[in-house]
This record gives sequence, C-alpha cells and structure tokens, in this order.
Amino acid sequence: MMVDGVEDEEKWLAAGIAGLQQNAFYMHRALDSNNLRDALKYSAQMLSELRTSKLSPQKYYQLYMRAFDELRKLEMFFKEETRRGCSIIDLYELVQHAGNILPRLYLLCTVGSVYIKSKEAPAKDVLKDLVEMCRGIQHPVRGLFLRSYLSQISRDKLPDIGSEYEGDADTVNDAMEFVLQNFTEMNKLWVRMQHQGPAREKDKREKERSELRDLVGKNLHVLSQIEGVDLDTYKETVLPRVLEQVVNCKDEIAQCYLMDCIIQVFPDEYHLQTLEILLGAFPQLQPSVDIKTVLSRLMERLSNYAASSTEVLPEFLQVEAFSKLNNAIGKVIEAQADMPILGAVTLYSSLLTFTLHVHPDRLDYADQVLGACVKKLSGEGKLEDNRATKQIVALLSAPLDKYNDIVTVLKLSNYPSVMEYVDSETNKVMAMVIIQSIMKNNTQISTADKVGALFELIKGLIRDLDGAAHDQVDEDDFKEEQNSVARLIQMLQNDDTEEMFKIICTVRKHILTGGPKRLPFTVPPLVFSSLKLVRQLQGPEENPFGEEGSTTPKKVFQLLNQTIETLYGVPAPELALRLYLQCAEAANDSDLEPVAYEFFTQAYILYEEEISDSRAQVTAIHLIIGTLQRMHVFGVENRDTLTHKATGYSAKLLKKPDQCRAVYACSHLFWVDDQDNMKDGERVLLCLKRALRIANAAQQMSNATRGSTGSVTLFVEILNKYLYFFEKGNTQINAAAIQSLIELITAEMQSESNSPDPAADAFFASTLRYIQFQKQKGGAVGEKYEPIKV
Amino acid sequence: MVLVLAIGDLHIPHRASDLPQKFKSMLVPGKIQHIICTGNLSIKEVHDYLKSLCPDLHVTRGEYDEDSRYPETKTLTIGQFKLGICHGHQVIPWGDLDSLAMLQRQLDVDILVTGHTHQFKAYKHEGGVVINPGSATGAYSSFTFDVNPSFVLMDIDGLRVVVYVYELIDGEVKVDKIDFKKTATTRLAH
Repeated sequence: MMVDGVEDEEKWLAAGIAGLQQNAFYMHRALDSNNLRDALKYSAQMLSELRTSKLSPQKYYQLYMRAFDELRKLEMFFKEETRRGCSIIDLYELVQHAGNILPRLYLLCTVGSVYIKSKEAPAKDVLKDLVEMCRGIQHPVRGLFLRSYLSQISRDKLPDIGSEYEGDADTVNDAMEFVLQNFTEMNKLWVRMQHQGPAREKDKREKERSELRDLVGKNLHVLSQIEGVDLDTYKETVLPRVLEQVVNCKDEIAQCYLMDCIIQVFPDEYHLQTLEILLGAFPQLQPSVDIKTVLSRLMERLSNYAASSTEVLPEFLQVEAFSKLNNAIGKVIEAQADMPILGAVTLYSSLLTFTLHVHPDRLDYADQVLGACVKKLSGEGKLEDNRATKQIVALLSAPLDKYNDIVTVLKLSNYPSVMEYVDSETNKVMAMVIIQSIMKNNTQISTADKVGALFELIKGLIRDLDGAAHDQVDEDDFKEEQNSVARLIQMLQNDDTEEMFKIICTVRKHILTGGPKRLPFTVPPLVFSSLKLVRQLQGPEENPFGEEGSTTPKKVFQLLNQTIETLYGVPAPELALRLYLQCAEAANDSDLEPVAYEFFTQAYILYEEEISDSRAQVTAIHLIIGTLQRMHVFGVENRDTLTHKATGYSAKLLKKPDQCRAVYACSHLFWVDDQDNMKDGERVLLCLKRALRIANAAQQMSNATRGSTGSVTLFVEILNKYLYFFEKGNTQINAAAIQSLIELITAEMQSESNSPDPAADAFFASTLRYIQFQKQKGGAVGEKYEPIKV
Repeated sequence: MVLVLAIGDLHIPHRASDLPQKFKSMLVPGKIQHIICTGNLSIKEVHDYLKSLCPDLHVTRGEYDEDSRYPETKTLTIGQFKLGICHGHQVIPWGDLDSLAMLQRQLDVDILVTGHTHQFKAYKHEGGVVINPGSATGAYSSFTFDVNPSFVLMDIDGLRVVVYVYELIDGEVKVDKIDFKKTATTRLAH
C-alpha cells in the first residue's frame, strides 16, 4: 500500500511540475511581449499547482521551489512595469482579481515586495496587510509555505534600525510585530496538523510535521537577526510573546522544538539575563515534553559561554544563575515523578558541568548538586539502565577533569555517596578513571585519612563487592585492574615517617580484604613501600631511639612478616620467598640479626616445603645464596646454620649440572671480600672440589646413558672459579691445582668419547687467553701466574 | 650507525608506577634499531611498550618477571660486535666484576649487558666490556640506597661503540659518554 502511495505521489509531483512549467513557459512569453494581463493570467494558473493537497511536505517543497524561482522573474517584471509608468497601487489591486485565493495571495506578496521597495507606502502598512491577508489560507501545508514565502521576500525589507525602510512611522517595533505575527500564525497551522486525519496515521503526520518544523523556526532566526531587537526588547516583548505562543499551543512537538530553537538561536547573554522567564516556562509545558534534553542543552551552552572568557563570569553571579537553574531542575524533577532515572542524572550531570565551569571555587555548589542527585538515586536502588550508568560516570568524571586532583574531589562530601549507587562493574570503571587521573596528574595523596577515603572509593577494585560474579571477569582485564592498584600504591608517599607508616597500615587493611586472587598483585608494592620506609627510618636525621610508640624499623618488619604470610593462602611461595629475602637484606642493613634470621628461616621453610618445581628451585637457591653471601649481620653460629642448609639444598637439586653450579656458587659464602674473618680458604676449596666431583659424576652418567661424555663446560666454569679465588689470595688454591685442572680439561676434550662443543671450546680458549693476559701483566699478578703453563 | 637501547630493572608495578616522564618523552619509536633488556620489567604492559619503541626486542629473565619464558641468557651480533645479555641474579656474588667477566668469557661476547644491582656501570677488562644500565625507574634496590633512574644507549659504528648513559638526577637528565674501540683481533681496547 505504502509503495503505491509513494509511486502515486511521484506521479502527482511530476504532473504538478509539468503543469507549472507549461504555464511558466506561457508566462515568460507574456513577459517578453510586455503583456501584463497574460502574464498575470498564466502566473495565476501556474500557481494553481500549489493548491494541491496530494503531496507530502517534502514533495510540495520541490514544487514550491520551482514556483519560487518563477516568481522572482515575475517580480523583476513588476519592477520594470512600475518604471514604465504603471502604478504600483494599481498593480496591487489588479492581482487581487485572480480567481483562487492561493495564487492571489502569492501574487499579492510578490507585488508587495515591489511596493515596499518603491517606498510609496510605509513598509509596515504593506507588511501588516500581507500578514493578515494570509489568514485566508488555513490548510496547514499550503499556509506554511505561503507564509514562508512572505517571510523570505520580506526579510530584507523590514524596517530595522539603520535600514532604508526605517522611517518616522516605521520602526523596529513594526518589524518585530510583523515577524511575531507571522510566527504565531505559522505555529498555529503547524500544530493543527497534529489533529488532522485518522488516528492510525499519527506517525505519518508527526513525521511530516518534523519535516516542516524549520519553516516555523526560521521566524525566530529572523527575529534574532533584527538589529533593533536588543536585550531589553527581547526581554520585554520578544521572549514573552514567543513563550506565550509556545505554552498556549499545548503541543508537545512544537514546544520541544521551539524551546530548543529559542536556546540555539538567541545569544547566550540574553539567556542569562532572561533566565527566570525562560525557566519559568518549563513547568508550564506539556508533561510529555523532553525537558531534560532542552534544559541540558541550555546548561551546556551556558557552560561553554562561561568557559569562553573569564569576563563573563561576574554576569553569572549577578543573575544568580546557579540557584535559578538548581531550583528549576529541582522543580522539574519533583513535578515529573515518573521521569526515568536517566533523565534526572542527565540533568544533574549538565548542572554539575555548568557549576564547575562557572563557579570552580565553590565546592559547596558542586556538592549541593551531588547531594540532590544522591537524594534522587536513593529512591531507586541499584541502577540497571546502561545509559544511566554512563551518565553517572560522566557526572563523577566531571569534577575529576576539572580539578585534576582527586584530593579536591574527595572534599565533595556527597561524591562517595553517589558511588554507592552504582553497580560493581561501574565502580570498577570509575575506579580506573580515578587511578588514571592520579597517575596522569601525579597527584600527591599524603595522609592516611585521604588514602583510606580513596581506597573506600575504589573498593570495586580492592575486593569482591556483594553480588559481584567474579568468574565473569576477563583475565586480562583483571590483571590490568590489579596492576593499576599496584601502581597507585607506589604514588602514596609522605616524607614524615609516622604518617607514612599510618598510610602503609591503611593500605594494608584494605588490600587484605582482596582475597587470594588479588594479593599477589597488591602485596609486593606494599612490601617495597614499607622497605623504603625502613630506609627512611635509618636516615641520618632519624633518632635511632625515637619516642615511645613511634615507628621503628622493627615495627615495620613485624608488619612485613605478617603481610607476606598472607601469600601462603594464595598460594604464592616463590613470590613470598623473594620478598622474605628482600626483607632479610633490609634487616641486615638495620643490624637486626634476629629479624634477619627469622626472615631467612621463613624463606628456607618455603623452599623445603612449597617449592618443588626444579626450575623454580634453581632460581630460588641462587637467590638464597646471593642474599646470604651479602649478609654481615649474622654471628658465626647463625651463619653456619644457614650456610650449611644452603649447601645442602644445592647438592640435592635434581639435575647434576644445576647441582654443580649451585655448589660452586656456595663457595662464595665462605669468602667475603671486605671481611677478613670471612675468608675461609679451606671451605672454599672443599666446595670447589665437591663441585668437581659432581661434574665428574655428570660426565660418567652421560657416558653411560648416551655413549659420550658430554660438554666440558662445567669443568671450565670450575676452573674459572679456581682462578677467581687464586687471585683473591686463597692460599689453599695453588698454581699446581690450576695446572692439573687445565690438563684434565684438555684431556677430556681430546678424548674419543667426548662430543665436541664449540661453545665450551671457545670458553676454554678465552679462559686460557685470560691466564696469558694475567701472566703478561707483570708485577705481583704476573708473578703469581708465572708457574701456570698454557 | 646503529642505536641500541640497553634498559632494565623497571620493576613495574611492584616498585615503580611508571618510567619517569622525562625518559618517556626521550624514547620515541623509530629512532632505535635494537633494544636489549636485562629483565624485571615485570609485566606484559612494559614489554608491549618497549616493543612499540622498536620491534627488535631482546629480553632476559629477571626473578620478578611475570613471563617465565624469557631465556636466562641471550647472545646476538650487531655489526662487528657480539653482545650478551643476562639479568645477573644468577651470577654470584651479585655485581662482582670478576664473576661477570667469567660469564662474559663463557658467552664469548665483546659486550656483556647485565642488571640486578640497579647501579649504572660501564667497565672494561681484558675480555671486553660489561655494561649495567641501572634501573630505568630508579626502583628500590637492596644494593643501592639512592637509585637514580638510568638507561644506556649504545651507538655501534664499525669497530667503535660509544656508550651514552642517561641519568635522572634531581629532576634533570644528565648524559655521559664513554668510548670503546675494538681491534680486528676481537679484543676490545679503550
């Protein structure tokens, strides 16, 4: 059915255009032969095509435009006629003889244009006549286009200030009156369309109305362009008249469009000064009008106006813009009790942006807005609407973007309350926004209170909130979130050690609610933060005895012990081991032997009981040996116990090469360069010999299982260690021992059962080169190396 | 002229939140031909960031790295130079130059790049050069009390390598440079 209708319309339009063009052709012929009568006859016939009711607005427009073009030529002809002596008044009368009213009125307007230009009558008289005559057409589409024509041809002829048509009798008021009247009549026609036709075609009608709306709105545009309409005129006359029409027409579509039109078309300073009048109209509008969008756009415009220059800001204060808008919004929300939450939040969001732009220093205003929003939210429960949630994120992000400082934002007492009403997903989104803001702006959050408030705010990241389905979280997203929290912890800093300790305790309290999934991410940064604090406490300014109850390294270490323990439940033994060893080193620097020993004990227990993966064991044992090697705080007994254990672990690693390497690494445990009493040459040698035995065993195993003895790399490594201690002055290692090792390696390499290994060969070669280099050095070193033959 | 960035021990996010802003604005994509990373990034985001600076990225495993698949050591040839990378926690005693020299001999490289101590070092011995680019974020270290963020840029040109070290000291970036020349007999001279 619809398709047929469209096809029909196309046919009618084509027919109309054809008719129009044909008559236009004859009209032109008449114009060329100066035949006024014929010209009028054919132009009237041409215009009759516009009498149709069959076309939709879009199609009618096409017809109209062609007629418009033809009428321009006719107008020029009329002008020529008057110059040739024809009286314009006569002409004006002559055209009224046209048979049908619509063509008559088009012609009248056309002549009227020439009439005004001739200045034989005041512009206002002609305009008044025309605007009232047009009342003759009450059909909406035809009437709207006719009046639109009138508006178009009269635009440059309005008696505006400074216009040539201004005179004693003609003033701006007349221009204004004319446009206002045309506007009023057009709006009435437009509204009438809503009620024409059967109910089932309502959608079609509303669509057609929408196509026509700019015709009506144009009048407001014209009004805004009239020079003589200044702020006072606008305030006294224009706005009240326009609003009167808008309110009284009681039509939802018209009200919505026109309110928006007013806001877009007139300057922002006018809006500021007429804020009360404008806002007063809103409650009078039809309940179904989308006030929130219009109000939001008004506030957006005013926000941008405020942002454009600081000079305009006092104006805002003078008109008390904030309180007026605040009240208006409150009234609207109250009046429309069933407004969806999205609407209310959008309004508050726009108002907040406005407030931040216009009154950036009035945190209390911003807080007020948030408070009102909370009140509205409290009646709703948790939000379900996606778009509403997005608006809340916009609402909460606005102060962050403005102040670039979460600390200032936290001063808004209602800010956390708003966060309460979002679901856990949104909380996480917001939390990430907040963390990003902190990192981007390098915000200093330096007291425990603020830290606590902050962590409360971002609790969606810190722990599983009620009802949150944790299994749905994407792995990568989760990691990203937790890493952000970790980075955040790095940003919390205060040079005052007491306050810093409080901060650490506060953070700890929060992250411990995170559960096993989060601890591996959040515990390490807290640990390192604490270790930095320990360093601070050791600083020269710090009184080592401190005051009663003040923070001491010991207190921090206690806290650290309890914190790292929580990783057992994850379980994360490798991470815990690393952290214990870090703490041991820090305790070493603080000269706290029992504390350091305790940390080592914990690390060892983890190694023995929890770390069973071979590769992990190798890394762990190297970390243990490396750390232990640097300890100077241990007494002989403690050191012996720990060393003994470490060498024991080394010898029990699964793979022989790993065993070998760990054991010769242990040799360094018996030789510490800067402590003379820590140089036990014998035990060093014992270790190296043990390593040799293991290397040998490895060779034999290889021979037995694979038929070849495998690489000599291990032997070369041990040789290098021999050289190391030889140079350091270990008397147990002499040139002869080195020589025999060199020969052993050479023999192994040349043996039949040895599979060649270029890397090992190169290694051996560079070792020999090194020996050669040392020999050539001369002096004490050269002497030492002299007996070794390569 | 080949530019090689040597960087490591960032420890993000355990010990640092991000690279210093002044470093970030210096490290732009497209200027560097190779990146050598000693390890302890420690998360994938840092890996991706480095990769965005230069696709030829070589990383060795640090003890805190999230990705356990990085190798313990790596060797590569750039121009006339053989380079070796190792995080360094495997070489005991930590930071001991003689022990590192042994690793250098084992890997048979001209330049050994290593980390772990968070202390910048550029040291020449008979077997070659040992470079420690320090910690790019100035991360906490049990070795050093005051860690200044630092990284190294090597300019390899024929038989010559110029080592530029960038350190952030009191908010300002200070640059220093050291020249190393290699003789044709694969021995590095100063």
